[in-house]
Amino acid sequence: MLSRTADNLYWLSRYVERAEYLARILDATQRLSALPLAYVGTGNEWESAVLTAGCAGSFFKTYETATEENVTDYLAFSTANPSSIRNCFEMARGNARAVRTALTGEMWDAINGTWLELKRFGTGPGSREETSRFLRWVQESSLRFDGSAYRTMLRNDAYWFSRLGVYMERADNTARILDVKYHLLLPDNERVGGPLDYFQWAAILRSVSALTSYHWVYRESLKPWLVADLLILKEEMPRSLASCYEAIVRNLDAIATHYGRQGPSQRQARGVRTRLQNSKMDGIFQRGLHEFIGEFITENNRLGMAITEQFLQ
Amino acid sequence: MSSAFDEMKGHDGTAVRPAYGELDRWLKEVPPDVLDYRRREAELIFRRIGITFAVYGEADATERLIPFDVIPRIMAAEEWRRLEKGLTQRVNALNLFIKDVYGDREILRAGIVPEDMIFRNPAFRPEMNGQTVPHDIYVQIAGIDIIRVDADTFYVLEDNARTPSGVSYMLENREIMMRLFPELFSRHRIAPVENYPDELLATLRSVAPRSTSREPNVVLLTPGVYNSAYYEHSFLADKLGVELVEGRDLFVKDEIVYMRTTQGPQRVDVIYRRVDDDFIDPLAFRPDSILGVPGLMSAYTAGNVTLANAVGTGIADDKAIYSFMPDIVKFYLGEEPLLKNVPTWRCREPEHLSYVLDHLPELVVKEVHGSGGYGMLIGPSASKIAIEQFRAKLKTAPDNFIAQPTLALSTSPTCVEQGVAPRHVDLRPFVLTGSNGVRIVPGGLTRVALKEGSLVVNSSQGGGTKDTWVLDK
Repeated sequence: MLSRTADNLYWLSRYVERAEYLARILDATQRLSALPLAYVGTGNEWESAVLTAGCAGSFFKTYETATEENVTDYLAFSTANPSSIRNCFEMARGNARAVRTALTGEMWDAINGTWLELKRFGTGPGSREETSRFLRWVQESSLRFDGSAYRTMLRNDAYWFSRLGVYMERADNTARILDVKYHLLLPDNERVGGPLDYFQWAAILRSVSALTSYHWVYRESLKPWLVADLLILKEEMPRSLASCYEAIVRNLDAIATHYGRQGPSQRQARGVRTRLQNSKMDGIFQRGLHEFIGEFITENNRLGMAITEQFLQ
Repeated sequence: MSSAFDEMKGHDGTAVRPAYGELDRWLKEVPPDVLDYRRREAELIFRRIGITFAVYGEADATERLIPFDVIPRIMAAEEWRRLEKGLTQRVNALNLFIKDVYGDREILRAGIVPEDMIFRNPAFRPEMNGQTVPHDIYVQIAGIDIIRVDADTFYVLEDNARTPSGVSYMLENREIMMRLFPELFSRHRIAPVENYPDELLATLRSVAPRSTSREPNVVLLTPGVYNSAYYEHSFLADKLGVELVEGRDLFVKDEIVYMRTTQGPQRVDVIYRRVDDDFIDPLAFRPDSILGVPGLMSAYTAGNVTLANAVGTGIADDKAIYSFMPDIVKFYLGEEPLLKNVPTWRCREPEHLSYVLDHLPELVVKEVHGSGGYGMLIGPSASKIAIEQFRAKLKTAPDNFIAQPTLALSTSPTCVEQGVAPRHVDLRPFVLTGSNGVRIVPGGLTRVALKEGSLVVNSSQGGGTKDTWVLDK
């Protein structure tokens, strides 16, 4: 297939996935900030949301402090923030339009419908209820798009590149949450926040839609090290790093088999996956959770570049 | 204009013509709000699938819908058969004419078409002189604009031999109609059009360079997402199952065209290009073009790739050349033209010009290289001032214009604000020419002037479209 087409498909999926992630962060933060102060400590949740979204730099150029209002606006509706939900959908639709032929009718319908509906929300909802409705709509839109891709695309390279986009973005997002919140997940975190952090842990799980899964996997009350385990090493958890890399390797392998050639991106992806498979939480905590996450983010970015070089240009 | 022929009710407006019998009965049964409801539903569907076009020069109109009329335009099988013969003849003549113009130039030597009309024509491509093209086919895809003035008379209004557009509307209009009015379909036997993409692909494959040994690799070259017909390009590529490429996806090495793929360079044999001559190769034509592929002309003239349509076919779109079409048909085929030409005055000829200047209020005056309904004067509906302004333009550069009588385009029942009313229509059938002959799917794009009395059907001027039914018996 055309390199440009593969590139558009890859980014189309990344942008839709990112929009959903941002909606989840906002949703989780909204819940957290609605709690009485005594339950969540004194931290500024909205600042933390900006950090997790990875746009603190540009945000604080515009705003001095992070409030519910300006963070919601910046992450969801801003036209100035290149990674706002609005812009993610705009970019996704732009990419979709450029590769209409590689999309199924259902996928186009999903993304174009989303883009048309986006206009209905105007410059942003006025009330909290409207914001909630908006965030739910964003998640539904992403589910609809993802579902239509999954259910209707031919299983060929177009599909694999589009899946790669999903998992590369997802791995990056989960890693970013961990990067910002790692201090809450250390085993002896009593020093950091004590049992008050229950709601923080719940919020982390919620932003990767894993709160229910947690209980199914561990059948235990929330323990920070188990939360870390779930998000990093549990392959059965769809947003964990391990699960993302399982999927990345699988899709890159499908491409390699189809093209009859392995390349640098396949080798790199397998390397990262093997490291995740051979890791135990104890070891990760001993070496330093933060360092581990930092290295992962670097590796993930390197893989992104390798994929671009090998296929997309 | 009151004398216009109505496709449903003929000239006198009393007896319903047989092809429209069933539709007429149905229109009488169906409550008006149902029509209106379906019309809105159609618009919604169109917007959702994203069938939009852009109108150049309108800031806020990057994506606009062409209005769709839910009442079909119907042709009897016999009418279509006649039209089909005429179209085949016309396009065969066009191909022979273009081959001759860039080859032996017999028609010029025979004094039938004046030389300077060819050589001084901006659409003439000297680069094509003496070039042969695969299978001698220049116009693989033609859109011939047809108007009707009475039960028996069809005129060709324009030949579009460059990159005719609109075929996606023909296909989508049918899809929508089948979705919205299944009951109407069960009451008619309508010839299908959905095989057009198949026919097109077969045509394109058949014109691959003769040296191509494997299955030819066909691509569709688009100027990109900002082009007004981008929707159509992507739609067609999808239906054809070929890659939709932009200039930057292709490159030329050693006079061979390749596309950049995820598996490295892949050779291209046939390019269905929807990019004008001017822009296809910055090395050969406009150096500022970023839409094209540097070196494409060298690969083309080396015979390593087929361009559909060929370079230089614009010569046949010229409205002054058009006026010679009856002679062109006779010259190459030795036959009487089956389709009439609209009588045309060439303003470059002094007697014609003086006639035109004397009769401006009754004539339609067009630029010879114009298209899309831009820059024309419709005498009967123009203001005195507009006519005088046009007169001045005409006097300064008479060569640029032709004039035609204001023809009463036939009307067809159309759903408008006030209910169902007659509106003027034209028809653009799409004629495919491959190495194994001419193929035309029964039907085409019917364009309709939605404003009462208006004769301008162009979408850029507020025209709409209709589904076109050719009855299968």
